[in-house]
Amino acid sequence: MSEHRGTRARSVGLRRPPLAIIAIAAVAIAFFALPFIGLLWRVPWSDAWSLLTTTSSLTALRLSIETSLWATALSTIFGVPLAWVLARYGFPGRRVVRALCLLSLVLPPVVGGVALFAAYGRRGLLGDSLFEWFGLRLPFSAAGVVLAQTFIAMPFLVLTVEAALRGLDQRPEDAARTLGASRWYAFRRVTLPAIRPALIAGAVLAWARALGEFGATITFAGNFPGRTQTMPLSVYLALESNPGQALVLSVVMIAISFGVLLSLRDQWLGGSTEAGSSR
Amino acid sequence: MTSEDPTKRQRARRILSISLLATVMVVAVACGPSDSSSSASGDSLSGSLVVSAAASLQGAFTEIEVAFEKAHPRLNVTVNFGASSTLAQQIISAAPVDVFASADEANMTEIFLNEKLLTGTPTIFATNSLEIIVRKGNPAKISSLADLSKSGLVYITCAPEVPIGKYGAHVFQKAGVKVSPASLEPDVKGIVAKVTAGEADAGIVYATDISATNGAADGVVIPADVNVIARYPIAALSTSTNSTAAQAWVAFVAGTEGQTILKNYGFGAP
Repeated sequence: MSEHRGTRARSVGLRRPPLAIIAIAAVAIAFFALPFIGLLWRVPWSDAWSLLTTTSSLTALRLSIETSLWATALSTIFGVPLAWVLARYGFPGRRVVRALCLLSLVLPPVVGGVALFAAYGRRGLLGDSLFEWFGLRLPFSAAGVVLAQTFIAMPFLVLTVEAALRGLDQRPEDAARTLGASRWYAFRRVTLPAIRPALIAGAVLAWARALGEFGATITFAGNFPGRTQTMPLSVYLALESNPGQALVLSVVMIAISFGVLLSLRDQWLGGSTEAGSSR
Repeated sequence: MTSEDPTKRQRARRILSISLLATVMVVAVACGPSDSSSSASGDSLSGSLVVSAAASLQGAFTEIEVAFEKAHPRLNVTVNFGASSTLAQQIISAAPVDVFASADEANMTEIFLNEKLLTGTPTIFATNSLEIIVRKGNPAKISSLADLSKSGLVYITCAPEVPIGKYGAHVFQKAGVKVSPASLEPDVKGIVAKVTAGEADAGIVYATDISATNGAADGVVIPADVNVIARYPIAALSTSTNSTAAQAWVAFVAGTEGQTILKNYGFGAP
């Protein structure tokens, strides 16, 4: 494994791109870096700690972390079986089903929020039944935030895990089956460990997306401190009343997202075949 | 199963050509007089004009924009609607805006005092009273402010920075009613949208917002003794690159034509 990596690094070093490409890429890097540098420059650092530890900031931070972890858990519980079905089970209309399940990835989140109203709102398809059977009112509730975040974030996990399952060498699984393992046992003890890196990467990506969710949340769950006001909503509203606080909260969100991306090693994002061989 | 009928197709083609002709005529009629009037009056206003206006002015200012552009055909007006607090913040952050029309005096004062972005004193050009917006047909049977504190009722408002949020809080304070909102929407449109969609039961909005829904939501009158009258100030900004046009817009809104349009949308006289 380590030897393989060494050769890859060397070959990359030999194939250095032409200068013009490097120059254009440098412009692109500056394009991405400048907004963040500008933001860091604007932050009122002397008050940063007190702005961050105000009750409203901490409430939004806590709610964001709680709801996004719930959304990640739900995305994993439902997303892994979905990815498995999409990767392995050749049924008619699979392409349509896949497009449907990944639609929220490319949809404007506000449209996602409106669609959630149509399904789970008070006058939505299931809204009345949810209330009559479970006493559940999703709009304007923290559960509604989790629903909106899951709706937007789950495709990230499904895409990552499906890619890993497709690239996976199926022979160990087949061997396990011939040795008498049940389908469920083979999935749990052979397949799942093999796709673990992709699963972690997908879950982390989904979590980061859930944490940053704004459009669907404000449309479907509204905005109320401590109940539905997550970090992005708090940043947006603080821009008017307290720009310093908005900047500090933005930096926190950027730091979290940056950390997430740094922690995702290259192989988790791209090479699903490698993910299969690593343990 | 109808087979392609030649006479039918012919008729369809004729209808199409007639409607095309009609369109051309309408366009010609619409363009003709305004062109001639501009050359006759020798209108000096040209270029572009950006107006930032409170969300509650959307209907009225959209119509005023059409009338104003008709009077000054070489001028291209863009009206940007949003919460007055958002718009004020954009102006303070050097957004290229020529005129600001706010739904409250506080946001106008903020620009005036802190940033010195105004050329003169703002003019009050309209007033607006508050009403309770309820779902179409009032299924929750709301008849007074006190009804809004009923448990199980979904009441929504705006954050206190947004004028309507502040006015709403003021009304409840005067009436001595305590409410627990389900959401603090970013602007008044958020309240109207969620009540119209039936996801929220009620909110306090401007009387003009309810008439703008065209019957998609109903209004419940708030008694005059606890009602708040919102005063709308307008001003040309000193940073404007087209200040003659900016002054002309302000004068037009305060003038007969502007006032008639505002009245039609339910605004009170200043």
